[in-house]
Amino acid sequence: MFEKMSYEALQMYWWGMIALLGAALVFLLFVQGGQTLFYKLSGNEREKTVLINLFGHKWELTFTTLVTFGGAFFASFPLFYATSFGGAYWVWYIILFAFILQAVSYEFRSKIHNFLGQKTYEAFLYFNGVIAPFLLGVAVSTFFTGNYFSVEKTRLVKAGSNVEAVIAHWETPWYGLEALWNTHQWAFLQNIALGLAVFFLARVNALLYVRKNVDDPEILARSRKELRRNAVLFLVFFLFWLIRLMFISGFAVEPGTGEVFMQKGKYFRNLVEMPVVALMLAAGIAAVLVGLYKGIFRDEEKAFWYTAAGTVLTVLSIFFLAGYNHTAYYPSLYDLQSSLTIANSSSSRFTLIVMGYVSLMVPFVVAYIAWAWRALDRHKLSEENIEREPEKY
Amino acid sequence: MEQINWELVDWSRAQFALTAMYHWIFVPLTLGLSFMIAIMETIYYKTGDEKWLKIEKFWLKLFGINFAIGVATGIILEFEFGTNWSNYSWFVGDLFGAPLAIEGIMAFFMESTFIAILFFGWNKVSKKAHLISAWLVAIGSNLSALWILVANAWMQNPTGMTFNPDTMRNEMTDFWAVLFNPVAVNKFLHTITSAYTFSALFVIAVSAWLLLKGKNKVYAKYSMLVASIFGFLSVVATIITGDGSAKQVARYQPMKLAAMEGLYEGRTGAPLIAIGVALPDNDTLPKEHIVGVEIPNLLSILAFNDPDRFVPGIKDLVHGNPEYGIPSYEERIQSGKIAIDALAAYKEAKRAGDEKKAMEHLETFRAHYKDFGYGYYYGMDPHMLIPPVALTFYSFHTMVLLGGWFLILFILIFISVMNDTIERKKWLLRAAVLSLPLGLLAQEMGWVTAEVGRQPWVIQDLMPNLVAISHIETAGVKLTFFLFFVTFTALLIAELKIMASTIKKGFPE
Repeated sequence: MFEKMSYEALQMYWWGMIALLGAALVFLLFVQGGQTLFYKLSGNEREKTVLINLFGHKWELTFTTLVTFGGAFFASFPLFYATSFGGAYWVWYIILFAFILQAVSYEFRSKIHNFLGQKTYEAFLYFNGVIAPFLLGVAVSTFFTGNYFSVEKTRLVKAGSNVEAVIAHWETPWYGLEALWNTHQWAFLQNIALGLAVFFLARVNALLYVRKNVDDPEILARSRKELRRNAVLFLVFFLFWLIRLMFISGFAVEPGTGEVFMQKGKYFRNLVEMPVVALMLAAGIAAVLVGLYKGIFRDEEKAFWYTAAGTVLTVLSIFFLAGYNHTAYYPSLYDLQSSLTIANSSSSRFTLIVMGYVSLMVPFVVAYIAWAWRALDRHKLSEENIEREPEKY
Repeated sequence: MEQINWELVDWSRAQFALTAMYHWIFVPLTLGLSFMIAIMETIYYKTGDEKWLKIEKFWLKLFGINFAIGVATGIILEFEFGTNWSNYSWFVGDLFGAPLAIEGIMAFFMESTFIAILFFGWNKVSKKAHLISAWLVAIGSNLSALWILVANAWMQNPTGMTFNPDTMRNEMTDFWAVLFNPVAVNKFLHTITSAYTFSALFVIAVSAWLLLKGKNKVYAKYSMLVASIFGFLSVVATIITGDGSAKQVARYQPMKLAAMEGLYEGRTGAPLIAIGVALPDNDTLPKEHIVGVEIPNLLSILAFNDPDRFVPGIKDLVHGNPEYGIPSYEERIQSGKIAIDALAAYKEAKRAGDEKKAMEHLETFRAHYKDFGYGYYYGMDPHMLIPPVALTFYSFHTMVLLGGWFLILFILIFISVMNDTIERKKWLLRAAVLSLPLGLLAQEMGWVTAEVGRQPWVIQDLMPNLVAISHIETAGVKLTFFLFFVTFTALLIAELKIMASTIKKGFPE
């Protein structure tokens, strides 16, 4: 079936898969959001244990999605992998380092003789909870605001030194961190705003997950208070980012030649020219708003699923805005023609076909994850039933 | 190339070696213990005997501690291909990325989803669903090993691809050739069976320690019984697949085989050095010479199933041996340089719109592509293409000798458990405890043999490590190296302390 698709259609399909994994990842960052709230929502050690177990049952899912997101990007758009990971070195390593610390912390935290002490592992979880959503948001924002790199494939056979022979060069000494102070089109404001929006969204989703899955009046009362604050901050930063996005110049691609050029209001044009994406974005934002309304004013458990669905739809449409409709998804401010598009950075047609068949496993994977999720979330967590659990963090 | 930044290359290699070796401390236990836990739960499911549930839960606790740190150390490896080996990521990303993505979709999700059920689902799913989850965790972790080893095998024996001069990269043409690469099949089987062997050693060592302390005697003996059978079968399979691996190395990586055996001069009826030492020797390059107890003809037999077959030595490969049709490295360097220049000329001709010239250059390039990687050593001493011989030799021989010891150990333990004399044999129990670090040593030495022995190739004959790097500062790599060194060491200490205290507590009574 994938053999019949054109190369262009396969590239678009795979950008869709990357978008889907990215959307799933942002939704699952609610675990990270939860990790920044352990102290705020708990009044004693027993309550904290409830919260740690609540999010601890899900941390591996977020972690695995991140790893698969990376692997899928490598397989389908290897030039992005070579350019971004090999260039924005510090941004990616700080994110990865935060995940390394997370991976041991749930398991080691409450064990005796754990060498670093319980508080240290809780600090690791907090660090992961702040850094990962924020920097992932900043990194995704640079898909619209650009980075400083150059790509020249003939360097491999022409350069006079082995370092110069690397096809992708990052052209700043900050290796990605400059996204936080890049003044081109006030990019730093945009990047930081999306970083903060993702951070507060992760917290909002975490608070609604607490509402859905915790049976403890004290924790729930605190989480209701936190929800208002975090929802407002999320909306401020996200709307600032989105509205500004509609007005900035974007990185357009000339369909015939592949030449990249700056176009005013490119992302607004993308919305107009891709009404399905515009609808998805509107539906996503609406679902998040309905979820917030139900969570804040109606105190409903199912609010979580509204914001979850809204998160997935919104992130999907953001990725579509970045890559579809003749747009460079990883633009270079150093050399416009080095910008990455889904056409110039993808794997070969054959590989995309092979990977297309692999992607048919995704519904099956989603199905067993849903089964396990339901099984583990069937009963709400409380101090009493945590006590009865044979295994806990 | 006029200038090589070796410092950046070496620090990038050091970081990858550090993170890979740390990761491999934990992975073998995950691969094997997951199966033993599934077997224990199956026995419990079939018999309803609570004893087996207690036994399983004890090992599950240790499994969980180990799994967490295995995951923590593993995430870096995947992304390191991009962060520190950017050129590599482009040059072969079309092939290499696919197994990593399949690993994520097919294996990691299975592992991480069902491990949550395995640990926290005791009262939440049926007994049968829990048992299936135990098996799916084992299958998921082993599937993950399959895909990453397929990727690694491809680096040792690149196959199923063609170089596209327009995109300047290798592109996949045959997925099945990548998956069923003969090196991949053997490497997977050898690696997982050796991991099972280590896991069995772990269970036996912990049980032996408990018996020495006079604790949980019944549980410890039952655990030993399962582990000794599992370990015996695993180590036999490891030896058989190891023989297969050696044959693949002889065929596809003759320099690695020569280094593994310290064979400087090629010979017909080549001997195998059973035990040997590397002595300094300033007259040869590399500056060492291996001497030891030789078993006549055995290397020829192991490598080619023929006692009289010629096995090329390091000198044959470096200087060439016309009698056996082996070109010298200097010739291959010249050939590789022609390929590199032809590719550059092809790109120039294309840019100038001269199709005829472009095709001529392309033909030249294709004729010399098999030596492409050697071209980067143009103007350098060909001896730089020799891997560290002493390290490869020692690693290989340590691994093989320890494998032999583990076979004997499993048999002795099995017999002693069966005739119920194990408690009295303190020497055997102590030997079993001491064999645990030896098992880990054998694991690491296996990887050192495989990876150091293939230096300097990131992709055999096509890309040397010096050109596979990222365009980054050496100082940055040094910083991340030490960051990981300190972090992983601290986490390892934490893991060992937690494990020790869990083991000290023993089985739940």
